[in-house]
Amino acid sequence: MANAHAVAPLGGRLVTPVTVVLAGLTAIAGVILLFRFFFGLGAVTNINDGFPWGIWIAYDVMVGSALACGGYAMALLVYIFNRGEYHPLVRPALLASLFGYTLAGASVIFDLGRWWNVWHIFWPGYAQINSVMFEVAVCITAYIVVMWIEFSPVFLEKLGMKDVKRKLNKLLFFFIALGVLLPSMHQSSLGSLLVVFGYQVHPLWQTMLLPLLFLMTAILLGFAVVIFEASLVSVGFKRPGETSILARLSRIMYWTLAAYMAVRVGDLVWRGVLGAAFAPTLEALMFWVEMLAFAAPLVLLASESSRGRASRLFVSAVLLMLGGFMLRINGFLVGYETGSGYHYFPSVPELLVTIGLVAFEVLAYIVFVRTLPVLPKHATH
Amino acid sequence: MSINRRDFLKGALAGGALLGMGAEAEARPNKTMPPQALGLLFDSALCIGCKACVAACKRVNGLAPDPTSGDDPLWDVPLDMSAYTYNVIKVYKSGTAVHKDQETDGYAFMKQSCLHCVDPSCVSACPVSAMLKDPVTGIVSYDAGACIGCRYCVAACPFGVPRFEYNKALPKIGKCELCRHRMADGHYAACAEVCPTGATLYGKVTDLMAEARRRLALKPGEKTVFPRGQLGGPDQSYSAPAPKYIPQVYGEKELGGTQMIKLASVPFDKLGHRPLPERSYASISEGLQHTLYSYLILPAAVLGVLGVVAKRNAKHDDDDDDGSAGRGRK
Amino acid sequence: MNEIIFDLETGSDAGVAERLGISRREFLKFCAATAATLGLPASAEAAIAKAMESAKRPSVIWLHFQECTGCTESLLRAEHPTLDKLILDVISLDYHETLFAAAGHQVEAARKTAMKANKGKYVLVVEGAIPVKDKGIYCKVGGQTAVDMLKECAADAAAVIAIGSCAAWGGMPATDPNPTGASSVAEVLGKPVVTIPGCPPNPYNFLATVVHFLTFGSLPAVDALGRPLFAYSRLIHENCERRAHFDAGRFAIEFGDEGHRKGYCLYKLGCKGPETYANCPVIGFGDVGEVSWPVGCGHPCIGCTEKGVGFTKPIHALAKVKNIEPPASYPGVSEEQGKVSLGGAALLAAVAGAAAGAAIHVAKKLDKDDGGTKSEGKKPRAEP
Repeated sequence: MANAHAVAPLGGRLVTPVTVVLAGLTAIAGVILLFRFFFGLGAVTNINDGFPWGIWIAYDVMVGSALACGGYAMALLVYIFNRGEYHPLVRPALLASLFGYTLAGASVIFDLGRWWNVWHIFWPGYAQINSVMFEVAVCITAYIVVMWIEFSPVFLEKLGMKDVKRKLNKLLFFFIALGVLLPSMHQSSLGSLLVVFGYQVHPLWQTMLLPLLFLMTAILLGFAVVIFEASLVSVGFKRPGETSILARLSRIMYWTLAAYMAVRVGDLVWRGVLGAAFAPTLEALMFWVEMLAFAAPLVLLASESSRGRASRLFVSAVLLMLGGFMLRINGFLVGYETGSGYHYFPSVPELLVTIGLVAFEVLAYIVFVRTLPVLPKHATH
Repeated sequence: MSINRRDFLKGALAGGALLGMGAEAEARPNKTMPPQALGLLFDSALCIGCKACVAACKRVNGLAPDPTSGDDPLWDVPLDMSAYTYNVIKVYKSGTAVHKDQETDGYAFMKQSCLHCVDPSCVSACPVSAMLKDPVTGIVSYDAGACIGCRYCVAACPFGVPRFEYNKALPKIGKCELCRHRMADGHYAACAEVCPTGATLYGKVTDLMAEARRRLALKPGEKTVFPRGQLGGPDQSYSAPAPKYIPQVYGEKELGGTQMIKLASVPFDKLGHRPLPERSYASISEGLQHTLYSYLILPAAVLGVLGVVAKRNAKHDDDDDDGSAGRGRK
Repeated sequence: MNEIIFDLETGSDAGVAERLGISRREFLKFCAATAATLGLPASAEAAIAKAMESAKRPSVIWLHFQECTGCTESLLRAEHPTLDKLILDVISLDYHETLFAAAGHQVEAARKTAMKANKGKYVLVVEGAIPVKDKGIYCKVGGQTAVDMLKECAADAAAVIAIGSCAAWGGMPATDPNPTGASSVAEVLGKPVVTIPGCPPNPYNFLATVVHFLTFGSLPAVDALGRPLFAYSRLIHENCERRAHFDAGRFAIEFGDEGHRKGYCLYKLGCKGPETYANCPVIGFGDVGEVSWPVGCGHPCIGCTEKGVGFTKPIHALAKVKNIEPPASYPGVSEEQGKVSLGGAALLAAVAGAAAGAAIHVAKKLDKDDGGTKSEGKKPRAEP
C-alpha cells in the first residue's frame, strides 16, 4: 500500500483558551527556572543528599524521553519492519518525539548544578567513557540532532526548498538507521544507570536485565504514545479517527507487551524476589500499581474486536504509559534508598516546572501542527 | 520482504540475546589497590566522640557551618555529612545508653567520611572525570573545574559520601580528599592529626591493615600500645587495655575493599554499615556497558544492518513519488 | 547528725565585727563567698551570717596520721577568712598537732578533756591515712596506734570529716604495694564518712562544709563516696577552661611546644580531668583566680582526688573519658532528613485527578465517534 498520504498544515486559530492556558503554565515554569538559576536547585526543589535526583530527572528525562519514543517505535515499524501502512503516523510521532527529547535534554541542562561545563561530556580529556551517563548523554544529544534532521523535510517543504529536500532524502536512510540505533542504545542505558546504585535500588527493580526492561518499555511506550496522541488529535481537533490503523498497531503492541511481561515476571521469579512484592511496604504497593498498569491492557485488548474500539485503545495506551511511568519512577525514586532516613517529595515549584514543560510541549505541538505540514490531509473541522 | 524479515530477525536476535545476557556479562574484575595506597584506620572502641576531628576537618578545608545548624548558628551541629561537613561522628544508642561500646543499653561512636574505595562507584559514574582515583596514593579526588553537577556520584556512592551544595547558584560537590592539599607541607589527614585517642589513624593501608589485625588478635583487657596520629610518624603512642572487638575489619573486602578501614565493638550493621558483597558495583556496571558497547562493535554492526534495511525500505514522502521499493503489507 | 546541736544566740552585727576584729563588710563578704562555694542561693548568706554571730563555738578535734600536712597547710593559706582570724574564733579547735604550741602528753590530756566535755557534740576531722598492717604499728601517737586513736575519737563524735585524699581513700601512702596497709577513715571505722578528697583539697571545700554544718546543723548532700556534691559532683572535664580546645582538637603534644604555649588542651599529655571529680577549675587555688590550678598553669591534672586515678595511673597515661551519655543533640546513626511537601502532594493529586478525568472524557468521546465510523471496518481510508 504505497499510497502517499498527503500532509498539510492544520491551519486554524493559534490563540485559543487552550493555548493561552498552556502558554501561561509555560511562563510560570520559566519564572521558576529563573529562580533556580539565581538561587540554586535547593531554592526551588526538594532534592537533597538522600535523593539527589528528583522528578526533573526521573520524570522529565526518564519518563519524558520514553514517552517521546513514538518516533522511534514508528521508525522501527515503518522503515525497518517495512510496515508502510503506518506511514501516516510517522510525522506526528516524530514531532512529538522531537519535542519530548528536546525538552528532556533541556531538563537535563537545568537540573545540572554546573551546567556551564556540560560540554565536558563531549570533550576528550574530560569525557569518561566507562560512565553509563556519558553514553546516555552522547546518544541522546546525537539522537536529537538526528531527529531534527529527520524532521527537516517538513520545514523544507514549508519553505519550498525542494532541491535540498531531494538531496536530503537520498541520505535519509542513514539518519533513519541512526534514529533506530541511538534510542535503542540510550533508552536501554537509561535503565543501566541504575545498575551502579547496587543495593540502593530495591530488589524488585535492581536487575542486570534493566537495559532490556527499559528498552522494551520504551518501544511499548512509543506505540502507546502514538495511539494516545492520535486519539487526542482526533477528539481535540475534531478529526475522524484513525481507529483501523491504530487497531492493527495495537496488535503489535499487544505481543510486545506480552513478551515484556514474560521477561519482567520471569526475571523476578528467577532472582527469587517476588516475596518482596507481598510485604506491607510502599515499594510493594507501587510495584503492584506498575504491574497492573501493564497487565490490564493484556486483558482489555485481548480480542480483535476489542482492539477495534477506539476507547479501549486509548485507555490501554494510557495504562501502558502509566506502567512505563511507574517503572521509571519506581526504579529512580520510590525504590531508591540511600539510607539514613532521607525523604523526598517534589515541591510545588518543582512540579510546576515539570507541568510547565509538558504544557510547552503540547503548545509547541499544536503550533507546529497548525502551521507546518505534519498531519495527513483530511476534511477539516 | 522475506529478506527484510530475515535481516531484522538476525539483528534482533543478536541484540536481544546480548542485552539479555547482561547477567553473564563479561565482567571486568574489581580494581586492585595501589601498593602505596594511603588511608585511615578508624577504631570505634577508641573513639570518645569528642568531635575534634569534625572541627579540624572543617578548619583545614575552610568549611562553613552546616545548614542543618540554622541560619546564624552559635554552634555547628551537623547531623550528617554534607557539602559543608566532610567528616562527621555519629552515635549509636541502645536502651539506657550508659555503657560505652556495648550493644544493649550502650552507646558507640562511628566516623563517617569518604572511604576512598579501591573500586569507587563515583569514579565509574562520573561522566566528565571529575572524580578521579590517584594511581599512586589511591585517594579519590574531586575536580570542580570538570564537574557538571549532575549528582550521579551522589546517587551512586553506596556509602552516601559525595554531597552537593543545593543552596548555591554555583554549586560544587564536597567530600573528604584525605587532606591531599596539605601533603606538600608535610601534613597528613587532619582528623588523624588531632585525634586524642588515636581512634583515627593515618598511614599506608597495608600498615593500617596489619595494625587492625594485630588489635583483633589481642585478648580483651590485655594491655597493649595504641599509636596516634600517623603510623610510622613521631611516636605519640600510649598504652591501654585492648577493647573487645567484633571480629571484622570493615572495608577489607566490602565492594572490593576501601582505604578507610574500620574496627568496632558493636556490630557494624547497627553502626550504619551494612554487609556488602565483594564485587564492586562499578565493575558490574562497567561490565554491562563493555559487553554491549565495547569498541562500539555491536552498535556498528547493528547500524550496518539497520542502514541496509532502511535503504531498501526507504519511502519518499513526496506526493508524486510512489514507485519506490517499499512494499506495504496488510 | 541532723539534730540542731548549737544554740543560735542572737548577736548584733556590730558585735560580730568587734569580736572578730574585722569590718562588717569583710564579714558579709565571707558569708557570701561561702554561700557561693556551697552552691547555695544568695539568701543563704543571711543564714550563714546569723550562724556566725552565735557566741557558742563548736569543738573540733583534728587528727593527723599518715599525711604530709598539706591539707593543714592548704587551710592555712585560706584568705577569707584567714585561719587565725575567723576559723579559730568560729570553731574551738581543741586538738591540732601542727598548730598547737604545746606538745607531748599535755596535749593528749587536753584532747581527752575536750572530748569528755563535748561528748557527742564535737566534730572530728581526720587528715592522713591509717596503717592497719601488723596491728597498725606503722603510725603511733603517744604510744597509741593510729587505728586505736581514730576509733576512740570517732566513738563520741557528732560528725567525722576525712580531709584529703589520704584520709578519704588512702591517697599516696596507699600506692602499690602499700606496705603499711594504709587505709581510709571509712574503711577503718567500717561506716561511711564525709570525705573531702584532694591533694591537697581546696580549703574552701572543707570550710564550706563546716560552715554548712554550723548554719543548718547538718552536713551538705554527699555522693556515694561521702564527697559533698557541691564540689565533687562534676568532672573537671566538664568545667575546664580549656575544654573548647579539647572539643576542637587542639592539643599540646609536648611540654613547651607551640600548642602548650598557646594553652591548648593537655589531654594528650595525660590530663586526668575527664575521669576526675573535683571543682578545681571553678574556684582555683591560692585565691588568685580561676586559672591557678595545675591545668591552668600548663600541667595535666593528675586526678589527685580520685581513687584509682591519682597515684595509681601514671601521670602521662591517657585518661579514660567518663561520658555518662552522649548529649541528646549528638547526631544519631540514622537521622530523619528531607522535606515532605504537602503542597506538592496536593498539586500532584490534583494533576493526576485532572488527567484521569480528561482521559475518561476522551475515552467516552472516542466511543461516541467510533459508533459513526465502525462500518468502515479495516478498509483503508480513501483519500478525499
